[in-house]
Amino acid sequence: MYTMKKLNQAILTAALALAAAGAHAQMRIEISGVGSNQIPVAVAGFADENIAPQQISAIIKADLERSGAFKLIDAGVITSMNNIDYGTWKAKGADALVVGTVAKSAAGDYEVRYKLFDTVKQSELSQLNVARAPQFTRLTAHNIADDVFLKLTGIRGAFSTRIAYVKEYDKRHYELLVADADGEGEQMALRSNEPIISPSWSPDGTKVAYVSFEQKKPVVYVQNLVNRARTVVANEKGSNSSPVWAQSGNKLAVSLSKDGHTQIYTVNADGSNLKRVSNSAGIDSEANFAPDGSIYFMSDRSGGPQIYRMNADGGEAKRVTFTGNYNISPRVSADGKTLAYISRRDGNYQLYVMDLASGQEQRLSDSTDDQYPSFAPNGKYIMYATQAGGRKSLAVVSVDGRVKQRLTTQAGNIKEPTWGPFMQ
Amino acid sequence: MRKLSSLAFIVTTAAILSACSSTPVKVAEPAKVEERQIEAKPQPQADTRTVAPVETKSLDPLDDPKGVLANRSVYFDFDSYVVRDDGKPVVENHSAYLAKNKARSILIQGNTDERGGAEYNLALGQKRAEAVRKAMTTLGVSESQVEAVSLGKEKPKASGSNEEAWAQNRRADIVYK
Repeated sequence: MYTMKKLNQAILTAALALAAAGAHAQMRIEISGVGSNQIPVAVAGFADENIAPQQISAIIKADLERSGAFKLIDAGVITSMNNIDYGTWKAKGADALVVGTVAKSAAGDYEVRYKLFDTVKQSELSQLNVARAPQFTRLTAHNIADDVFLKLTGIRGAFSTRIAYVKEYDKRHYELLVADADGEGEQMALRSNEPIISPSWSPDGTKVAYVSFEQKKPVVYVQNLVNRARTVVANEKGSNSSPVWAQSGNKLAVSLSKDGHTQIYTVNADGSNLKRVSNSAGIDSEANFAPDGSIYFMSDRSGGPQIYRMNADGGEAKRVTFTGNYNISPRVSADGKTLAYISRRDGNYQLYVMDLASGQEQRLSDSTDDQYPSFAPNGKYIMYATQAGGRKSLAVVSVDGRVKQRLTTQAGNIKEPTWGPFMQ
Repeated sequence: MRKLSSLAFIVTTAAILSACSSTPVKVAEPAKVEERQIEAKPQPQADTRTVAPVETKSLDPLDDPKGVLANRSVYFDFDSYVVRDDGKPVVENHSAYLAKNKARSILIQGNTDERGGAEYNLALGQKRAEAVRKAMTTLGVSESQVEAVSLGKEKPKASGSNEEAWAQNRRADIVYK
């Protein structure tokens, strides 16, 4: 359920972060719903954190809040990380306490020290000391939030990961953008007069594969985000689309129409060694690699589009979805246990997940035009494109469906999100 | 011709007159011709300042905005990938042109309406482009002259979320390279 307090707090936190950054507002985040078992945690303001470009404790609080896994307890500013009065915090209802300090080094870096205390066991749970250049202040805050999330939930946090998505300003202006997982720190990777679709992060997080229409037809590119290098991975006669990386990071699956209808191929990241792996008379596309190397994909070989699974080198395909006559865009979680996909039911395109062991499915959205789901690398959240009031925006939902966030921008339509990997 | 005959008359007359004279005449000095006489007679003239244009036929019927090749779109029914009867003349006219002009080649861009996933629509748009491609190759167009591609739902001709717009966007376009 939506709570006004949470919403206000999220907007306020985002506004504070932005004010500190001195940047244009990029995304607005609305949160609704909470996790089933929220951990009460107090996050104190970090000592001297106002000297840094962003307010670190505010970013940590916003991350933890958004996750739905925590109930935040107000803690003011704590200037000393020693002599923690556990009893006081326990009395305020906090099971854990986050404190920290910020200092500027002679080299101009910001040294951030943080500690996490368990007020129940009255012990220090974790600590980090990070020194980074000013432009990485947000990353430091996300790293701390990741550590808190891991230590308190046992699950690796994905706050420091990044997302890529497409922003469509009008029919002659498209951008591929990269931002922090919370939508902040947006950077442009590609600008084009023609559509860009189907971005996919490389497993090492340095490259994004995508489909660009700049040659009057769909062509698959891999772009190095660091050095701008662009490689044409597939430009066969006909259409080239739906790139997705294999776990190894040196191979992709793509969909090509070179043989007269759309089928799935694998290709090396440099465009070499093109091999057809699917074999049907219908459409086979939207390949997605499971951790065991098998490929989930969409095929309309039985009439409408359904999701199938085949081995890495093709062979016989086994049908996975049976409910409804339109199931597309399969994505497998990193542990291989959950399948996310878009299903059309009663004319609405909505996000579903399936427990692959039992075949049990669950609808995670109540919107009407959901597209392009993408798992967080920890498998606990799914980002997808959705539409409301004629505007395209991004949404995030926890795999249990309890926590929901919507990310909107002031201008343009945002779509085709892809969640990047954990990075060192 | 008129001016020439007048001149001939004058010259002849002069010769006759001089021949009749008793005085020896130096043949070397013929009578002077008064050219002024020729221009003395103004004739009613046609308007010479208005230019009458001549049009040659265009060498390439592709460039004729009123010709049959100007129509380059083939429309499809909902959930259909078969060239409709109203699209067949378009396919036939361009096929005839391409069969005659082997140096020309085209892209056939398939499109879909906005509903559903981007990648599935891309594959469905491809089916529309392939339907046009196959119809053309059976009409004698070489495979090397045609490339069937899809723009899926990414480049709608008509905006709007209604049947009228969707019908405009279920389409394959012929684009000459």
